[in-house]
Amino acid sequence: MANWIINNGVTCVTLVVWMGINIFLFVWFYLVYDVGDEYFYTRHLLGSALAWARAPAAVLNFNCLLILLPVCRNLLSLIRGSLVCCSRSLRKQLDKNIEFHKLVAYTIALMTAVHVIAHLLNVEWYNNSRQGVYDDLSTALSNLADTKNTTYLNPIRITSLDPQQIPTYLVFTTIAGITGVIITLCLILIITSSMEVIRRSYFEVFWYTHHLFIIFFAGLVIHGAGRIVRSQKDSPPHNFTLCKDRSAEWGRIPQCPVPQFAGNFPQTWMWVIGPMILYLCERLLRLVRYLQTVRYRKIVMHPSKVLELQLVKNGFKMEVGQYVFLNCPAISQLEWHPFTMTSAPEEDFLSVHIRSAGDWTEKLISIMQQLPEGAQGPKMGVDGPFGTASEDVFDYEVAMLVGAGIGVTPFASILKSIWYKFKDSNPVLRTRKIYFYWLCRETNAFEWFADLLQDQEREMEERGIGDFLTYKLFLTGWDQSHANHAMVHFDEETDVITGLKQKTHYGRPNWNKEFEQVRKENPSAVVGTFLCGPAVLAKVLEKKCAEYSEVDPRKTKFYFNKENF
Amino acid sequence: MGKIEWAMWANEQALAAGLILFTGGIVGVAGLFRGWQFAAYAVAAGLFVCLLEYPRSRRAKGTGVERKWQYGLTVCVKAFGPLTRNYYARAFLHAALCIPAGFILATVLGCVCLGIASLIYLSAAIHGEHWEPILPRVEVRRPAPSIKNPPQNPPPRPPAEMRRKNIDDLEGASYDNPMAVIDEK
Repeated sequence: MANWIINNGVTCVTLVVWMGINIFLFVWFYLVYDVGDEYFYTRHLLGSALAWARAPAAVLNFNCLLILLPVCRNLLSLIRGSLVCCSRSLRKQLDKNIEFHKLVAYTIALMTAVHVIAHLLNVEWYNNSRQGVYDDLSTALSNLADTKNTTYLNPIRITSLDPQQIPTYLVFTTIAGITGVIITLCLILIITSSMEVIRRSYFEVFWYTHHLFIIFFAGLVIHGAGRIVRSQKDSPPHNFTLCKDRSAEWGRIPQCPVPQFAGNFPQTWMWVIGPMILYLCERLLRLVRYLQTVRYRKIVMHPSKVLELQLVKNGFKMEVGQYVFLNCPAISQLEWHPFTMTSAPEEDFLSVHIRSAGDWTEKLISIMQQLPEGAQGPKMGVDGPFGTASEDVFDYEVAMLVGAGIGVTPFASILKSIWYKFKDSNPVLRTRKIYFYWLCRETNAFEWFADLLQDQEREMEERGIGDFLTYKLFLTGWDQSHANHAMVHFDEETDVITGLKQKTHYGRPNWNKEFEQVRKENPSAVVGTFLCGPAVLAKVLEKKCAEYSEVDPRKTKFYFNKENF
Repeated sequence: MGKIEWAMWANEQALAAGLILFTGGIVGVAGLFRGWQFAAYAVAAGLFVCLLEYPRSRRAKGTGVERKWQYGLTVCVKAFGPLTRNYYARAFLHAALCIPAGFILATVLGCVCLGIASLIYLSAAIHGEHWEPILPRVEVRRPAPSIKNPPQNPPPRPPAEMRRKNIDDLEGASYDNPMAVIDEK
């Protein structure tokens, strides 16, 4: 339980605060419309459906403000950078931005549903009042017209149409109605194209449809401009307790002048204008970055369809384990795809290793393969760098790095950085021990990384710090021929697959054994566990971290960090 | 825009439209709105669309992500054969279903959503897609491999000269028999 608090405490608090604000807004605005005197006559026509429509509207205002913020990548990177002084739990919170974005989106969908249903009821009851179906007071209120001396309460002014069609007519002739329908449609299309199945298989459909949010926000801001939710505003006071039963005498007796109504000033824009500007700046920054020149330093095609690009960009500075977004207009004008950088900050270029995993990557690889020797590649836009969990590796005394397949890329950056740090001088690193686990299915993928590990191995031995870095390689896709090969070469000093001194393990790691070993070798240490790989493995590691952590400060504590594209 | 199977998005959209139609219909009936009969129709139509669209299709490349508990409905939908397999039929069906819902406000959103789903299905049909049920594959049991034949040749031996005992070196040539050799003579 205590371990759960350490690992999830900040998330919990954030969610509780967010939910608390939602509930507060809902209840507050519900009461304003359900109890407030100025809405007495409005409530007479609509009942509590008025409050049920306005309360979710307030929650919607708040959540539409929030939804743009988690996707302002540069803003988040900025916050991350300035929080370097503060606790790492706060920075870990920023890693969960997309999950928060989804949560807010679901809330918007739910509140939209409540809002729409309540307004459907409202329109129907306004219609009935206008048709004179209800009591005298309702009819009198509905008859108030929009002239020089009177202001209307009931937005339905027309009576000459077929009563069944009047609600539809109202919706399509008022600003609130039209914008409401359009933005709800946009919301539905955005949500259906964001379903996991669609997003994972056809990212383009998801991405392009998601841009309907522009129409959504535009419509949202002008949704209240018609001011059709009206409240009583009298200059000569009209006491409704006295006058509600004397509607026939309004205007003719001094205590009951004709009541005046007006709509409230639209407020949504005040909520969302800030984030909209922030997001606009975000996209402009992306555009500016895109226009900066990027030169190719080297293009390497590795086996198992892994493409390495080394790019040079002026003024580009990065930290370990960060990622960039790449855009290649020759393939697609509008698509930006994220890739973790495999170069170290000490190098004067940035490199990415790209695996063939879909349309865009396949086209990129085929373009590169057709390039003549030494030629520059197609124009490439680079946006970033953006920070993720791997930046925190050097904050922990002991780090366990787990990379599955191509998920090793952020750790390639870290290991290279270590190598550079040692090459220059003895650095003052907080980290004093690193355990590196690489899980891979096929041996081909080892090739480009094996060179790096070989250099590291040699370097460590030369400096006599061979036990700073312990790495274990796990070949999870072995078969009989591998086993035979290994058996025959059992006695050799270097590993038959990788040529490294460290032997390759076959099959998946036994995490109990690994965690036990780390705990034994590092008592009373704070261990950070970093994973770049599949969600299933994340669950396993998270559980093991909780299992092997002790709250006692004299014992080992494991913290889990995950990044997953 | 990539190798998109439009039917997948059409399916999500139609399922959402069915739910919206159903909800709008419930509101219309519960509030006894003018034209509530259209709302009652929408409840039935929404439910029907949801049931029809709930089972996901197998994708062209053979894989498929099932929705929970969709097996029962998969069998039902499959039973209608070409009517449910063909996406032109579905596009036409959804277009026809959505029209009556446009007559009252409560269901007009469901009508438009279903109309959009119908258009996406039309696009899917034009691209030649069709609905394939996701059913558990029946594994073909192969017969066990037959017993291998016994070896035809004797095991390899070094040439005869090496096997002949060296008379000069009786000690080196001797070896221990695992079993006692009894000379019967």
